[in-house]
Amino acid sequence: MAELTYRDAVAAGIAQEMARDESVVFLGEDVAAAGGVFKATVGLLEKFGPIRVRDTPISEQAILGAAMGAAMTGLRPIAEIMFSDFLAVCWDIVANEIAKTRYMTAGQVTLPLVIRTANGAGSRFGAQHSQSVENWAMSVPGLKVVAPSTPADVIGLLAAAVRDPDPVVFFEHKSLYATKGEVPDGEHVDTLGTAKVLRRGGDVTVLALAAMVPRAIAAVERLKSEHGIDATVVDVRSLVPLDTKTILAEIVRTGRMVTVEENPRLCGWGAEIASIAAEECFYDLDAPIVRITTPHVPLPSADALEDATVPNVERIVETIRRAVD
Amino acid sequence: MRLYRLQAEIRAVEKRAYDLFLQNLIKGTSHLALGHEAVAAGFAAAQNKDDWTFCTYRGHHHTLARGASMEGVLGELMGRQCGLMQGKGGSMHLTDVAHGAMGSYAIVGAHLPIAAGAAWTAQYRKTGQVAMCFFGDGATNIGAFHEALNMAAVWKLPVIFVCENNLYMEYTPISQVTAVEHPAADRARAYGLESIIVDGNDADAVYRVARTAVQRARAGEGPSLIEAKTYRHSGHSRADPAKYRPDDELKAWLARDPVPMYRKRLIEMGIVEDEVARIDADVADAVNRATETAKASPTPDLSVIDKDVWADGGSAWRN
Repeated sequence: MAELTYRDAVAAGIAQEMARDESVVFLGEDVAAAGGVFKATVGLLEKFGPIRVRDTPISEQAILGAAMGAAMTGLRPIAEIMFSDFLAVCWDIVANEIAKTRYMTAGQVTLPLVIRTANGAGSRFGAQHSQSVENWAMSVPGLKVVAPSTPADVIGLLAAAVRDPDPVVFFEHKSLYATKGEVPDGEHVDTLGTAKVLRRGGDVTVLALAAMVPRAIAAVERLKSEHGIDATVVDVRSLVPLDTKTILAEIVRTGRMVTVEENPRLCGWGAEIASIAAEECFYDLDAPIVRITTPHVPLPSADALEDATVPNVERIVETIRRAVD
Repeated sequence: MRLYRLQAEIRAVEKRAYDLFLQNLIKGTSHLALGHEAVAAGFAAAQNKDDWTFCTYRGHHHTLARGASMEGVLGELMGRQCGLMQGKGGSMHLTDVAHGAMGSYAIVGAHLPIAAGAAWTAQYRKTGQVAMCFFGDGATNIGAFHEALNMAAVWKLPVIFVCENNLYMEYTPISQVTAVEHPAADRARAYGLESIIVDGNDADAVYRVARTAVQRARAGEGPSLIEAKTYRHSGHSRADPAKYRPDDELKAWLARDPVPMYRKRLIEMGIVEDEVARIDADVADAVNRATETAKASPTPDLSVIDKDVWADGGSAWRN
């Protein structure tokens, strides 16, 4: 076990896969010579050379279009979209081309590609560089969607995404880049479509994703020590495929479900899980489902405003305490 | 002779598609390539079997030119099991990967960067393959065109971008909405490329230009951008009677119809007319047989609705 930052885990995960499989290539803005604007891809150019690790112009459609064309002709590209907000400028390639082509061609085309992107708030960048847009991707048939919360999961899920034969949108959280965690020695490959139970308690089941996972954990620890409430925490990790087996089993075990979502309120991933839970385990629920989300507003920039907009530990503690009381 | 046969086949299938529309055997929309035959034939003749073609929703001609079967094309248009994609794509998405027809893309401009990506594979693997990408004049005003041209030029990718300039962006004359006279060729210099214009109704001229561009791409000299001037004989789509086109313009272009023009050239070159007539008869026969096969083919099994979202063949999004 070595300790790595989430940032270094990105480069380690990409390097692991590029070293293993010569068909893996990597492209994006500032990713090669500069090592990425978040310094998450440092050293890859030196290791793998400029034809496999390519700096692109600021041309998001060209980046993802090239990734698609390369994937359909036998490569396994990893494409970086610097900020997930920028997916909006190349959404045609994501939602109309990458997601649909296999289906429309009755399986003639295979698209093993990964779109990595920095998602989420916490950097005071304002509303065009801070959104949580995983639900955009979740709503399109044909895309797999992953959002790791730890360095180990970054490596393991990235490796799984690269090896997967289908397109995967991989949401890294920019406020987690500096966080540290243990990663297994040697090659590490995880499984897409699996949630992880991080902690078990009998009173309530808390579902969280990406940067909301450490906040949920912090909140749950306080609920235990200050209020005697014992919570289960599930890191959802993968939105598509969704590990409903694990998630529903944990909800049924406590009879209470709370989501902690960074996305704005409407159509967040928690809404989908809530509807599944309402359909499939309604009679096992002891209380109404509670969703803790960012309110349905664009994100403000000032630190005081941003901190009060995205779910924080205080809000999570308070909301769960009221829900369980 | 091959160029003539290809053009005659495309012409016959497109005319048949039009007839099948009138009989309500083809639903939805369709964008016929009547008048564009020489572009498809000339470029396809310059390709190797393992080269790639990317085209647009007006793509029946390119798909056929790569060798897709007539019944696969007509069956897809008719929504039958024998269609190239079992009825899951339709007229605007004809794809036949086995023949190098890598898809018809119905969002204007989207496939230019995709073709560049395929060319990146060829460059990285040093396979010598070339990607050809066909699009209309309207696509030259969309961002993806410029993004793809620039990146392909910077990366020196083996990709050939071909603008089929038929003078109309859907219903509007391209000249009314474009700042330059030649929507593709005049932009070439912006990406360090040569301005190339070719008579898109002359299959031989198209073939010569195509061959040069292919050689250049295979030699690692990078992309080409070619503007082929042509004209569509019908409207933009099934819904368009194309009343906006001046009579004399239409007449002048119909007088330069690529298929009879090429037929005449063959005979002038000394090919016996009977031989050309035999091709015509073969083609007519092939289209008739393909039509009957497609008509006899059942509608797709409803089980395909849930198939092929993922590479495992299924569509599961949860466990």
